[in-house]
Amino acid sequence: MAIHTLAVLVENSPGVLARVASLFSRRGYNIDSLAVGPTENPTVSRMTIVLNLEGHALDQVSAQLFKLVNVIGISEMKSSDSVQRELLLVKVPANPVTKGLAAKFDAVITDENDQSLSLEIVGDKDRIEQLLTALKPHGIRELVQSGLVALERGASTLADRTLTTMGTANESSPDNKTADYQN
Amino acid sequence: MTKVTGAQSLVNSLEAAGVDVMFGIPGGAILPAYDPIFDSKIRHILVRHEQGAGHAATGYAQVTGRVGVCIATSGPGATNLVTPLADAQMDSVPVVAITGQVPGPAIGTDAFQEADIRGITMPFTKHNYLITDPDDIPRAIAEAFHIASTGRPGTVLVDIAKDALQRMTTFDYPKQVSLAGYNPVTQPKAQDIADAATLISQSKKPVLYVGGGVIKANAAKELLILAEITGVPVVTTLMARGAFPDSHPQHLGMPGMHGTVAAVTALQKADLLITLGARFDDRVTGKLSTFAPNAKVIHADIDPAEIGKNRHADVAIIGDLKNILLKLNPAVKEVLSKVQPDLTPWQNEVYGWRSKYPLGYDKPADGSVSPQYVIERIGKISGPKTIFTSGVGQHQMWASQFIGYENPRTWLNSGGLGTMGYAVPAAMGAKVGAPDATVWAIDGDGCFQMTNQELVTCALNNIPIKVAIINNESLGMVRQWQTLFYNGRYSNTNLESKRVPDFKMLAEAMGCVGLRCERPEDVDKTIEAAMAINDQPVVVDFSVHRDAMVWPMVAAGSSNDDITTVRSMAPVWDSQEL
Repeated sequence: MAIHTLAVLVENSPGVLARVASLFSRRGYNIDSLAVGPTENPTVSRMTIVLNLEGHALDQVSAQLFKLVNVIGISEMKSSDSVQRELLLVKVPANPVTKGLAAKFDAVITDENDQSLSLEIVGDKDRIEQLLTALKPHGIRELVQSGLVALERGASTLADRTLTTMGTANESSPDNKTADYQN
Repeated sequence: MTKVTGAQSLVNSLEAAGVDVMFGIPGGAILPAYDPIFDSKIRHILVRHEQGAGHAATGYAQVTGRVGVCIATSGPGATNLVTPLADAQMDSVPVVAITGQVPGPAIGTDAFQEADIRGITMPFTKHNYLITDPDDIPRAIAEAFHIASTGRPGTVLVDIAKDALQRMTTFDYPKQVSLAGYNPVTQPKAQDIADAATLISQSKKPVLYVGGGVIKANAAKELLILAEITGVPVVTTLMARGAFPDSHPQHLGMPGMHGTVAAVTALQKADLLITLGARFDDRVTGKLSTFAPNAKVIHADIDPAEIGKNRHADVAIIGDLKNILLKLNPAVKEVLSKVQPDLTPWQNEVYGWRSKYPLGYDKPADGSVSPQYVIERIGKISGPKTIFTSGVGQHQMWASQFIGYENPRTWLNSGGLGTMGYAVPAAMGAKVGAPDATVWAIDGDGCFQMTNQELVTCALNNIPIKVAIINNESLGMVRQWQTLFYNGRYSNTNLESKRVPDFKMLAEAMGCVGLRCERPEDVDKTIEAAMAINDQPVVVDFSVHRDAMVWPMVAAGSSNDDITTVRSMAPVWDSQEL
């Protein structure tokens, strides 16, 4: 069992999320988290999928995903080579201890009243885990997490590698749909 | 540009895509499209059930290599296409389905005859569309045909809202389709070809494991060349029957659950599988962990997702199989000119298995007709140019085993999904695609009762197919499993179809010629009588022995090493063979 993070560029078209979800469900792949949003290109959305793979090779998941017509490019985001962030919003009782933990973890206090305190923290998985562990004994009333998003370090972009040849259907060139995952 | 309705734009688009025939039934939501269809040069065949339309489109596509087209209305019309679309997708058949949808503003309101067919068909279409703007129709149709017919062929559904068919638009068919996320690799990499050639030259016990992809890629000729320059024995899967001539001395027959002893054993003992357009299906491999334990694998396929899905590939070659073989054949020839491994001991061994354990069957002791004999005689009498379709079950396996296939696209069956009822509508589509060929549907009495209404379509539309009902008055394959694994407790497999229905009368009621055969000595003359009728569909009710079983057999979940030739009889191997 291993955790992998995939960045997936998809056409911004109706049903694309359902197609990805249907594929994962049908083939029995476990999704830990999924975050979707717009990109610098209005016709393209980006999904960050955190997978817990049991038995299924990452290659097989990528190959199946890549078969979806709306999927343009796939790249594995390794934690060593990418910036990975999640957003946590958490509601805890308002008291000096929770306020102290907020300060210690550099959490932003987004809402405050007599009974409760809402904290916001952005960080990698570890940082969020640590804050939650610290808060837990003091009562977590409600929490919501965004799911992980990731961006590769360095000048190279996933879009560069996948979109430069967009729309140049040429059967004689096997490499015109390039990504870290290639046919 | 002149304004046309969305419906007219759809029909123009289908014409521009080169459609010459489609199978369908009109209904409320698709009704606007049927008005311009009335004037179109496209032949529309009015079927009796949408499932028939889907299988007919599949049969047409399997025989012609072109995209088959079916059309239905929203809701139940569309959901009736679900089975044939799943079927065609599993067997990689290019089919485009057009469905009407309730008007755009009504979508999502649980309107009359509304079904989310795009959502329903997502898992088993290669791609699908919901069109609510008439301007999108030509592009969607052009993309649908492009996607269905290129790369690994498959199904595409285009669902069109009724108001999009009614509203005005301009018709402008795209000259070229370009899809950012769809560019199938068709040319293999030179290095992969070289690696494969090297592995072939090093192998002492190779087998060509040939799948349906060879037929899809029209690569039968190139396969024959590879087989002959290497001398490697060949097995053809259920989907590949006809890809390599059954009469060829290197052919071992079909592998898998009901494969020949020689084909199954050759795969088990091989040191190299040269896998061409096959997918290591469980019905071929048996228990995967014990399949071909000593073999390296060359896996050539158009679909990268098949590589390593079930079995690790030592050399993977991605591309169109025809392109692959056009490059691999000279490369292999070149390598073999330097090192020619001696395959004689291996060839002697596998051909020895073939002569020692041929396919066969016993004549029933009670003098009744043996189902294998009927099927074998139909094959012999009608000859190798005949196109055969089958349903699913015992008769399907016998039709694969006891008919000699010499040509690709002459054996159509539901291999992946295993859809009972495939034979009659697929035969109808095949006959439409190949009107000069004799088309026989080898069907079971169970299968026949699922889709026989399309014989009405055949009778009314001058589609003279021939149907052989192998009537053992049972769901025969299920009964066989009950015999073998459920202590002969025949729970709900007795169809009583020698009593009801009267298939001869049923055929005649549907406008066909009905024949019946109940004695072995009448088999040939009944087949000949059916062969003599070419202006009407013919249905022959062959009343056969009920307890005939399909052998050899590898029980589900068992190792291929445990193949049994007849009940409780395993092949006796010489010690050096093991």
